Amino acid sequence: MAGFLHRRDVVKTLLARRNADTLVVAGLGSSAWDVTAAGNDDRNFCLIGAMGLTVPIGLGLAEAQHDKRILVITGDGDMLMSLGALATVAQVRPRNFAIIVLDNECFGETGGQPTHTAGVADLAAIARGAGIEDTGEIREQGEIDALIADVYDAPGPVFRTVKIAYETLEDFKPPLDGAYAKDRFRVALLGAKAAVGGA
Amino acid sequence: MQEADWPAELFEVLCARGISQICHVPDSGHGRLIKLCEARNDMSVVTLTTEEEGVGLLAGAWLGGKRGALLIQSSGVGNIINALALPAACRMPLLVIVSMRGEWGEGNPWQLPMGLGTPKVLEAMGVTLFRADSADAVVPALDAAAGTAFNTNCSVAVLLSQRLIGAKEF
Ligand SMILES: Cc1ncc(C[n+]2csc(CCOP(=O)(O)OP(=O)(O)O)c2C)c(N)n1
Repeated sequence: MAGFLHRRDVVKTLLARRNADTLVVAGLGSSAWDVTAAGNDDRNFCLIGAMGLTVPIGLGLAEAQHDKRILVITGDGDMLMSLGALATVAQVRPRNFAIIVLDNECFGETGGQPTHTAGVADLAAIARGAGIEDTGEIREQGEIDALIADVYDAPGPVFRTVKIAYETLEDFKPPLDGAYAKDRFRVALLGAKAAVGGA
Repeated sequence: MQEADWPAELFEVLCARGISQICHVPDSGHGRLIKLCEARNDMSVVTLTTEEEGVGLLAGAWLGGKRGALLIQSSGVGNIINALALPAACRMPLLVIVSMRGEWGEGNPWQLPMGLGTPKVLEAMGVTLFRADSADAVVPALDAAAGTAFNTNCSVAVLLSQRLIGAKEF
C-alpha cells in the first residue's frame, strides 16, 4: 500500500537532531535533494550517480569511524539495486549505522516508474532476512519520534523503510562536483590536512 | 629452490602502505592473502556479495580517513565497471588487486571472455594498470600501484597474472 508521508518533512525532522557526530550519506536523486533541502551540511555526502552504492559507502564509513553515527538515506530504487549489501551489513554488524529507505514505490527521479515495492517486495522483510535484526516500516506521522530515537540511539545496524507519497518537488542541488564534495566532507571530519590526501 | 611466498610479500606491502580495510569476493588466487589479513586484528576484512559493493565500501572508508584494497577475480572486474565512476568523479584513490583467469593455460572456457576483456575494460574506465607475471614482480607492482593510488587520488589495478598464480585445469 502506497504511503502518504511527505519526504521533505520526514528528512527535515530526522536531520533536525543531527550534531557534529552525525555523518549522512544520501542516495542519488530525490534523497540527495531532500537531505540538501534540510541543510547543505559539510558532513553530508550526497550521491549524484553510483546507483546501488549508497549502503556500501555508508558501511565503509561506519567501519572507518566507529565513534560517529552514520545515516544512509536513500530511495527504494537505489536500495533494490544492492540488496546483497544488506547481507554484508548484517555480517559486519556496525553498531553505529542506520539505513532509512524513503519508499515511494517508484523510480521517482526517472519519471515515477513503479519499483518492485509497488508490487510485492517488502524491503524491511528483505533486510530482516538478510540478517539485520532491527528492521521496521513507518507509515504514520505518530511513528516519527520513535523512528528518530531508533535511528540515532538504537544499537545498529538499524533498517527502516518509510512509506512516503510520490511527489515531484524542487531540486535542492548539493555540490555536483564529486571531488569538491569529497574534500569538503573529509576536511569537516578529519581536518584541513585531509584535503591534500594521504590520510 | 624454495618457492617465493609472494602472497606474504603482498601482505607486507599492504601493511607498509597503511591499508586497514580489505574487502573481497574470494578467489583461490587470493586465498592466502585473505587469511593473512584476517589474522591481523587491526585490519577489517569484509566478504562482499558482489564486487561493486567493494568500490562503494572503500570510497566510504576513504571518506572516513582509512585506506583499503579490493581483492577480486578478473570475472569480478565486469561487475565493477559503472561503480568505477564513483572514485573517478570524486577523485578518490582506489586500489584493486585482480587475480587473472582466462589467460595462461586456462581450462575453463567461461573464464575467457572476461579474462581477455579485463585490461581493456579497466583502461576504458581510466584505471591505471600494473601487472605482475612473476613472483619477483609482485612487490614492485603493488608498491608502485599503492603509491600511485594514494598519492594521486586515482584508481589503479594490479593484475596478478595466471602464470604467476598457476594455470587451472578444468
Ligand atoms: C546504474 C544506473 N541505472 C539507472 C540509473 C537512472 N536512475 C537515476 S535515479 C533512478 C531512480 C532512483 O529511484 P529511487 O532510488 O527509488 O529514488 P526516488 O524515487 O526517491 O527518486 C534511476 C533508475 C542510474 N543513474 N544508474
